[in-house]
Amino acid sequence: MSATAELNMVEAITKGLGQLLEEDPDAILLGEDIGRNGGVFRATAGLQERFGEDRVVDTPLSEAGFVGAAIGMCLVGLHPVVEIQFDAFVYPAFEQLVSQAGRFRWRTRGAYGLPLVVRLPYGGGTRAPELHSDSPETLFSHMPGLRVVVPSDPLSAGELLLAATRCGDPVVFLEPKRMYRRGRQLLPAKFVPGDLDHAVVVRPGEDLTVIAYGAMVDVAEGAAERLQEEGVSTRVLDLRSIYPLDRESILAAAEETGRVLVVHEAARHCGVAAEVAALLQEEAADVLLAPTLRVTGMDMPFPLSQNEDDALPTVERVLAAAHTMLEY
Amino acid sequence: MLTELSSFSRELALQLFTAMARLRAFDERAVILQHQGRIGTYPTFYGEEAVQAASVWALPRQDWLFPTYRQSAVVTLRGCPPLVPLLMWRGHPGGWHDVMEYRVAPICVPVATNLPHAVGAAWGAKLRHQELVALAYGGDGSTSAGDFHEACNLAGLVGAPVIFLITNNQWAISTPVSKQTKIRRVADKAAAYGIPGVRVDAFDVFACYQAVREAAARARAGEGPTLIEAIGYRLGPHATADEPSLYRDLQADRLWEPMEPLRRTQMALVAAGLASEAELDQIRADSVEELRDIGDSVDAYPPVTIEEIAATVHRETPWGLRPDRLREPSWGARGGAVG
Ligand SMILES: Cc1ncc(C[n+]2csc(CCOP(=O)(O)OP(=O)(O)O)c2C)c(N)n1
Ligand SMILES: [Mg+2]
Repeated sequence: MSATAELNMVEAITKGLGQLLEEDPDAILLGEDIGRNGGVFRATAGLQERFGEDRVVDTPLSEAGFVGAAIGMCLVGLHPVVEIQFDAFVYPAFEQLVSQAGRFRWRTRGAYGLPLVVRLPYGGGTRAPELHSDSPETLFSHMPGLRVVVPSDPLSAGELLLAATRCGDPVVFLEPKRMYRRGRQLLPAKFVPGDLDHAVVVRPGEDLTVIAYGAMVDVAEGAAERLQEEGVSTRVLDLRSIYPLDRESILAAAEETGRVLVVHEAARHCGVAAEVAALLQEEAADVLLAPTLRVTGMDMPFPLSQNEDDALPTVERVLAAAHTMLEY
Repeated sequence: MLTELSSFSRELALQLFTAMARLRAFDERAVILQHQGRIGTYPTFYGEEAVQAASVWALPRQDWLFPTYRQSAVVTLRGCPPLVPLLMWRGHPGGWHDVMEYRVAPICVPVATNLPHAVGAAWGAKLRHQELVALAYGGDGSTSAGDFHEACNLAGLVGAPVIFLITNNQWAISTPVSKQTKIRRVADKAAAYGIPGVRVDAFDVFACYQAVREAAARARAGEGPTLIEAIGYRLGPHATADEPSLYRDLQADRLWEPMEPLRRTQMALVAAGLASEAELDQIRADSVEELRDIGDSVDAYPPVTIEEIAATVHRETPWGLRPDRLREPSWGARGGAVG
């Protein structure tokens, strides 16, 4: 899989992990069922065969244990990339991430960071059972010391994953699993580590900006397409980094389009959109032509599959909010 | 061979068999409904009917059960219509059964999270001088999780009348038990908590029944918790979305197939002269017949709106979950929703 090829997101992640294991002898993968089974999403398919059982390690069913162990591994020079099987199964490891991993650099007075990446397939839209569709990014971006990164397509998945493994601080890397097999992209023979610090304008526009990340970039683009038909030029800004936020790109969107709408799947209360709206309120209120609206998940457990479409932001919901803003 | 049947009355033996047959019928039907796309991913319990049926039958109805995703149908043995757990796998909120009515807790998906609940129920009942036992289910994989350790430790310490029924089916998705823990006998983990650990054949409904009865008797006598390791083998895939050929030797799997418990129990009952082949075939057929139209019932079940669901999250629904604010509120919402 080294030559240029059209890959979907999950294949791009496999490719990125393979490249990492090849280039970095200290890299090690940990997780449940990631070896022979190749992970429940096949994100590590074939990697144990290629790199051996000491580098692609099946762990027991103990998220707190293996995320904690990954912290210890960092101390002796390893670069662990941990797979959490599904969104909600990161909760047992929450303690290790927020009270340990995120505080390590601070506890060494800035001297040492942990080269730890925790991969987290997340989000709804896959008709999965309870607790297989959560969007927990806000939890990690609220707690100090962690970077929170979300790719939106195959290329960003590969590039940001490699960047995450080298950034020197612990990263919670959320993979929008509903995009795993949605669409292919021509990818380079080797990924160049991406830019963790900057959001990307995936569609230029002048009248309105829709800020999104993960699977919601697709929804934002769908809405932008429809708005185009109405003669509204819509910028789509893919955040990619949830913590820290790319303040400049957000403020530029306010300055250049005057209207900023934020979309995410996670619950609204204290979500990323609230943070963006607060930033705009504090630093760009004078240039805004309309208040910022949020199109988000609901403040409730993610519904069982029959009702998941009711809770997920859709093109229609984004359009409705956009119209409200345009008519303000 | 199965346990000596002489201590079992014909009535009890038939009840256990019937319970197993009903679980089997449910499981087979659920797999079909999944293949037809009428329910979502479904974790089959094919091969675990003996231990599950025994666990329900060995306890009086006032005792509490704490299932995982693997025991989604045990509630039907307490009188809940099979439609209810099927709705759960369909992703319909009608799948949440009445917890108090059946004294069966909601199924817990995150592995081992149900175990401490059972400890608390048992311990709490003890504190309130209620004669009550709680039984929690788990798998071999669950015994690696922190919650397992904490539950066993706490239960041992406070002498909670709880039973940890761990079905060691030797697999946690693709992870064999040999890669789960260094200990050879899961039951030996009990020693760490100062509680008894016993082993039983998960395919032997009578042995499982006796093991749970004994553990419950100890619990009721004030002797505290028991860890039961029911040793079996996962005869099916982890769930309908799983592909065992990727990680296990299907040839070796076939060696376990003769352990399939329903047929084995049937043979044992006939051999012991407790029932005739025809009579048992009839019970199986009736169990299947009972579910004949269940797929239609699943399809026809009226949908619930998101507004209705939102009203079930809190006792008093916060403003953000009320119908007019559930989707996009806006500045105009002070005077009425916009957009
Ligand atoms: C905390 C947690 N991590 C991961 C999972 C994903 N998962 C679902 S079932 C399972 C294996 C459980 O194995 P075991 O405890 O032996 O029970 P079995 O499925 O064999 O009945 C895993 C890893 C989960 N449900 N919960
Ligand atoms: Mg198991």
